[in-house]
Amino acid sequence: MPTVTVDGIEVELGADERLNGIQAARRAGVEIPHYCWHAGLSVVASCRMCLVECGKKDPATGKVAMQPRVVPACQTPAAPDTVFITASDKVKNARAMVEEDLLLRHPIDCPICDKAGECSLQDYHFEHGREERRADIQPFTSRRRELGETVTLFVDRCVMCTRCVRFTREVSGTSELMVINRGAHEEIDVFRNEDGEIRFPLDNKLSGNVVDLCPVGALGDKDFLYRQRVWFMKSHDNVCAGCSTGCSIKVEENQDRIHRLKPRENPHINGWWMCDEGRYGWKHVHDPARLTQLRRRETGKLVSADWHTLPAQLENKLRAAGRLGAVLSPHLTVEEAYLLAMYIRVLDPEAVLAVGPIPTSGEDEHFRGGFTIRAEKCPNRRGVEAIVSRVGGSLLTWDDFLAQVEAGSIGGAWITGGYPSAWHDAADAEKFASVKTLVVQDVFASPLWDRADFQLPGATFAEREGSYVNATDRLQSFKWAIRPPAGVKTEGQLYWQLLGRPGLYRASEVLAEIAREIVYFAPAAQGVPEVGVDLKVTQLAASAELVASAGG
Amino acid sequence: MPDFQPVLLANVGKPDSHTRRVYEQTGGYQALRKALGMQPKDVIEAVKASGLRGRGGAGFPTGLKWTFLPQNHPGPIYFCLNADESEPGTFNNRILMEDDPHQVIEGLIISCFATQARAAYYYMRCEYPLAFQRTSAAVAECYEAGYLGQNILGSGYSLDIYMHRGAGAYICGEETGLIESLEGKRAWPRIKPPFPAVEGAFRKPTVVNNVETAACVKQIIERGVDWFKSIGVPPDPSNPRDAGSYGPKLYCLSGHVNKPGCYEAPLGITCQQLIDEYGGGVWKGRKAKAVIPGGISMGLLKGDELHCPLDFNGPGKFGCLGLGTAAVVVMDDQTQMIDVLENSCRFFSHESCGQCTPCREGTSWATKMLTRIKHGKGRLKDLDLLAEIGDTIGIMPGTTICGLADGAAWPIKNCLQKFRPELEEYIKRTNPTGWMETKPVPALQLQTIH
Repeated sequence: MPTVTVDGIEVELGADERLNGIQAARRAGVEIPHYCWHAGLSVVASCRMCLVECGKKDPATGKVAMQPRVVPACQTPAAPDTVFITASDKVKNARAMVEEDLLLRHPIDCPICDKAGECSLQDYHFEHGREERRADIQPFTSRRRELGETVTLFVDRCVMCTRCVRFTREVSGTSELMVINRGAHEEIDVFRNEDGEIRFPLDNKLSGNVVDLCPVGALGDKDFLYRQRVWFMKSHDNVCAGCSTGCSIKVEENQDRIHRLKPRENPHINGWWMCDEGRYGWKHVHDPARLTQLRRRETGKLVSADWHTLPAQLENKLRAAGRLGAVLSPHLTVEEAYLLAMYIRVLDPEAVLAVGPIPTSGEDEHFRGGFTIRAEKCPNRRGVEAIVSRVGGSLLTWDDFLAQVEAGSIGGAWITGGYPSAWHDAADAEKFASVKTLVVQDVFASPLWDRADFQLPGATFAEREGSYVNATDRLQSFKWAIRPPAGVKTEGQLYWQLLGRPGLYRASEVLAEIAREIVYFAPAAQGVPEVGVDLKVTQLAASAELVASAGG
Repeated sequence: MPDFQPVLLANVGKPDSHTRRVYEQTGGYQALRKALGMQPKDVIEAVKASGLRGRGGAGFPTGLKWTFLPQNHPGPIYFCLNADESEPGTFNNRILMEDDPHQVIEGLIISCFATQARAAYYYMRCEYPLAFQRTSAAVAECYEAGYLGQNILGSGYSLDIYMHRGAGAYICGEETGLIESLEGKRAWPRIKPPFPAVEGAFRKPTVVNNVETAACVKQIIERGVDWFKSIGVPPDPSNPRDAGSYGPKLYCLSGHVNKPGCYEAPLGITCQQLIDEYGGGVWKGRKAKAVIPGGISMGLLKGDELHCPLDFNGPGKFGCLGLGTAAVVVMDDQTQMIDVLENSCRFFSHESCGQCTPCREGTSWATKMLTRIKHGKGRLKDLDLLAEIGDTIGIMPGTTICGLADGAAWPIKNCLQKFRPELEEYIKRTNPTGWMETKPVPALQLQTIH
């Protein structure tokens, strides 16, 4: 096994692994500070924060020959027998020098900077900087200028790592950002007319990522600007519900109020990025128009209901309604869809199951760096389809279901919504005239909601718990990030109670059950890691095995 | 004037020396014919044997550089001629390109033939309009005469020369900065490796050579290796890394001398000889206080170090970085070193490409500090800070990508080593009450750098 030594700690390398100094050190538990290097971007080795001493160990004699000069760890490959020293005086001095240099003209306006608390410049300065300021330069300017609809630039906070510039060139492929001027006068900017008007704004669909990439507070997210100090927020792993790519994200909230979404690294899905549509697509969660009142219709009039007596009332009405049907929204998690399917099947073993409408918009968009925004604007089509086809026997679409409803063959219908925008029209709702008991669970009022006999306010993605299966058959599990607004019960919890299960809804338990019941989900049986599990690959392997065993 | 007969400058000063007619009258393009009759690898061997070292500043052996090209590469291989002569005080390339462009082009064609380059990019700085005009005309003349284009002189070798004008940045003279600029990008030097010989312009193997180097190649082919090795100084036997300094060299003498100009002399001539025998001595009967041996980035020689031989090794023995471009700038005893240092730092701060933090911020900090000292707000502590900046920026300590920061650091270092008493005296004199102060001085309306 080839090895690399970092500060005396030996690190093993995989056979074809190509790591740089920073990655190798990370494996040894040593953090090498860096600004310009990012695993998702090309290497420029220009910030010089990651300077280390490097040498080569002779495998035969064990003698180490060190290079006389310091080298940037980001650019130095961790070839077998490389020796890195990251804690010598030489390295410490080099880091202190870079920190001092970067702070020469930095405005040090941390008290009003959004990045304070998660800023590399702050953190590294505490750890590697000098205790005194030796420069007489008084950095009193803090200029701000707009780069586009989403991002604003605090010019003087910038440390010129050029991550944002490289992002627009290498990942979004739109190249809006550039470096202007030279030397100490360098600034990041977009292309402008002579009068300073923006000619080509930063307006690509991945623009918000440059804010995450910025190691300091230079690039500000206009949506988040001055909203919340980062240390007040709690971060929860979650999955974006914006489209069927299903980016791994973090929901950052304070007291059940979301303040921003951030991408979470997942090499199998989104890399390090997420799109602006997803990033800013949480506004409906706190929309004042959200439904929070549980109501039921009694002799033609809507009256308030309460969640305690609801199960019995629902069961009575639905059992009396005749043939039942349920529409499982692609916004439900796999577990929720499964529980609802189970419940309907308990009431009526012949119940019809269908998948809710699949909202689409435009075409799939592929970016230069491999990122994809899907046209399918829901997170869990595959998961719900799998539940519908395996539990229901056949895969019915929304239109099929509408046709059955219109034909009058459905007596009681349970419709789940959860879409952030309108998902059916009044004409669709008219078709439900013959349905005796209509249960609608949704987040916003709609024609069907108005017609419902039971109006059940539902949850949004940040309040749910469970798993989504994305367009490439990768299942990711997540926990709830915020509690739903008062009056709302999450789907999972409701179905759990309707099925008479005790205590709180436990998604992992349900998923384990599903993995046992439905072959498609079998790979999730051993639990789901942070990056999710690929249902397809194991599926293929399983079918290959099947073929092989059949052949044998 | 000494009895050395100029070779590189032989045609300079003749009427119409920039035309092909005049050039051919003096035996022009015979070397090309000779070279085309040889095998490319024999041309490389000849250049290698001659010990020719690059004239652009670093003094890297030219023949060796050519052998770094990958063997049997499917091509194309490119050749860049570095005519982005930006080192302050340097003008030897300009003289060659303006008065003898054909010599350069002949050397360029021979070099391209030796390296089997398919195309040559002649990267000339924007500030040389006459050189550009004459060189472009000379290239056109060469196409007419069949020295360029398809099947040159029936040899089967084809070459095109593309003229490219820079936009006036110092950093474009750095070879990878030049390549980036040639590709239409910001001239940010690349990380090495890969070196240009492996992956250069347009991601193909590329050789970058200086204008004077090309002229020397022509002379080597024409006059032979032995002639070239008869000029200059052999390697220092006590220094195994010394490759020797052979051949004639163009020295650009400027500053406080009676006869500034571009002079051709054998490598190894001492600074004193150059000033006295070629430059007619320091002006106004004064004495030299400091001499820049080869462009400001090489550092400074003191007035009593003028016996320093101006070969690739000489200035290094006196604490300078090297011979550089052999641009000798003489400063008389009326010069204030604080002015010299401030001017030098301002230049490098202005020209720093801004990629690496230590260079971008270090040069600008040093400039601000020196401006403050010059305005009578200096403290002795500042000199220690300056010395620290000088010691920590550059490719030598490993903190930058290219050598610009070394060039910025060397005058600071040399100045503080050799002229510290004068700087201290200046600070004490101009800031009589505050020179011991360690507290920050009040904000001063600092001059902007641009």
